[in-house]
Amino acid sequence: MSAAPALPAAPARLDSGAMSGTRVAMLLLVPIALVNAVGFLWPVVNLLKMSFRESQATGALLDTYSLATWSAVLQDSFNLELITNSVGVSLFITLLTLLASYPIALYLHRSSGLWKTILLVLVIAPLLTSAVVRTYGWIAILSSRGLVANALMFFGMANPPRLMFNLTGVVIGLTEILMPYMILALLSGFGRLDPKFEEAALTLGATPMKTFWRVVVPLTLPGMALGCLLCFVLAISSFVTPKLLSGGRVFLLATEIYDQAIVTLNWPLAATLSMIVLVLFGIALVIYTRALRAIV
Amino acid sequence: MDERPISPALKLLAGLMFVFLLAPLLVVVPISFSGDAYMAFPPSSWSVKWYGAIFADAKMTAAFSISLLLALVVTLLSLLLGLPAAYALVRLKPPGAEAIGSLFTAPLLLPTIVLGLAILLVFAPLGLLGTFQGLVIAHLIVTLPYAVRVLSTALATLPIPVEEAASTLGAPPLTVFFRVTLPMMRSGMISTAALCFLVSFDEVVLSLFMTGPRISTLPVAMYHHVEQQADPMVAALSVLLVVLTLVVVVVVDRTAGLAKTFVK
Repeated sequence: MSAAPALPAAPARLDSGAMSGTRVAMLLLVPIALVNAVGFLWPVVNLLKMSFRESQATGALLDTYSLATWSAVLQDSFNLELITNSVGVSLFITLLTLLASYPIALYLHRSSGLWKTILLVLVIAPLLTSAVVRTYGWIAILSSRGLVANALMFFGMANPPRLMFNLTGVVIGLTEILMPYMILALLSGFGRLDPKFEEAALTLGATPMKTFWRVVVPLTLPGMALGCLLCFVLAISSFVTPKLLSGGRVFLLATEIYDQAIVTLNWPLAATLSMIVLVLFGIALVIYTRALRAIV
Repeated sequence: MDERPISPALKLLAGLMFVFLLAPLLVVVPISFSGDAYMAFPPSSWSVKWYGAIFADAKMTAAFSISLLLALVVTLLSLLLGLPAAYALVRLKPPGAEAIGSLFTAPLLLPTIVLGLAILLVFAPLGLLGTFQGLVIAHLIVTLPYAVRVLSTALATLPIPVEEAASTLGAPPLTVFFRVTLPMMRSGMISTAALCFLVSFDEVVLSLFMTGPRISTLPVAMYHHVEQQADPMVAALSVLLVVLTLVVVVVVDRTAGLAKTFVK
């Protein structure tokens, strides 16, 4: 009678031991899960709901849901232009960032020792500096009393071109802001670039130019693809630099989301534009995955 | 491994691009010592008056205190919330640990402009906008992913036999954690703290949505200042911020080792 209940009791206790491990884990995860639920999950679900929320002409929110905001956005020529402009500008900035970053990444890949460490620190240093500070630096360079304008006037140009409060300034500033990300992405992909391949090509009579285009570039395509994905995504969602360098004169998705949310207080529109940014992210990711499969 | 010699053309091109990359940081230093009333480069006279102007500006000093306090609170909470989570995910491996882990890092996938709007829409009706608590929660959403990630890596690379030895010798689990595991995680904790501090202290987009006339952080105050007038005071502030970042980096290097921290 004493042995009979003891037999099933043993596995039961083992079970409860395993359960308590999981239970302790759950307990340890409760606080962070709560913060995540309040500050992330709920807001994101609510944002999606908000994009379908109906509102009166006065802007007052109604408790009904429809596709009204979505269809309004997709039929309005200003918003459509906003989307295509943002995509176009972001693609152009991504291309410029790639062109400006590639020489640095290749140089870093080929250097070694302390010199390489120093250069790497110089690449990371801007990342540790606030975007506000770096954008301010660009204002100092591009504004009408800035470095470039003063240099051009010094060399005799009476009316230096306007480099700020327009798209030019936004493109220059964002390209520089995004360069560290591109350089690091390129470097992560340069591991495939074995100097032996280049030597082989050169030994077999290829010119340095041909070696670069036929050996170096193809081998570094995966790094380029990753860097381009990263920079496109960051460009289309960046806010501080475009806003400050354009002085509100260039309309892009991210700046419009902020204006609609804070200035105009059209929350359904801001939410819908945010969702469109996320859709564009998804499209970029799909293109990246396809491209990567084609390259590798 | 033998290296390819670097061609002069590549050297020149890389050098030019480095100048472009570092230009905005480099011009800030001379401008901060400008003696002019407005921003111009090169300045026509030199002084340190703009450094004095920072401390005379009540808005900036208040914003600085808020940012410092906020970054400290956020860092502390990130460690307090992140460490148990990392321990649970790495050591106790509950069912679905990987899915839970990716849920905790998911906020980093969203652009801050979208995340900021999402939090604004929920916090506005709750009266959390323009409050310190609201800022703390918003910042935690972007620091916790780093905290969980770095602490998990630190935990996963610890030598388990040391903990087992302590257990075998009769130490209860909590004693093992506080006397063995935690001291071994010292460098991981320092890196996490530094990372969370810098992320919170530099955060601007989320804060722009959360702040209001009553409360502002330093990056937001600087943003609004630049929006209205880009005078040399912002340059002086920028130099101070760069110095502060350097101090944090050097402290991490001295206590935890930079190589161990950022090169993983």
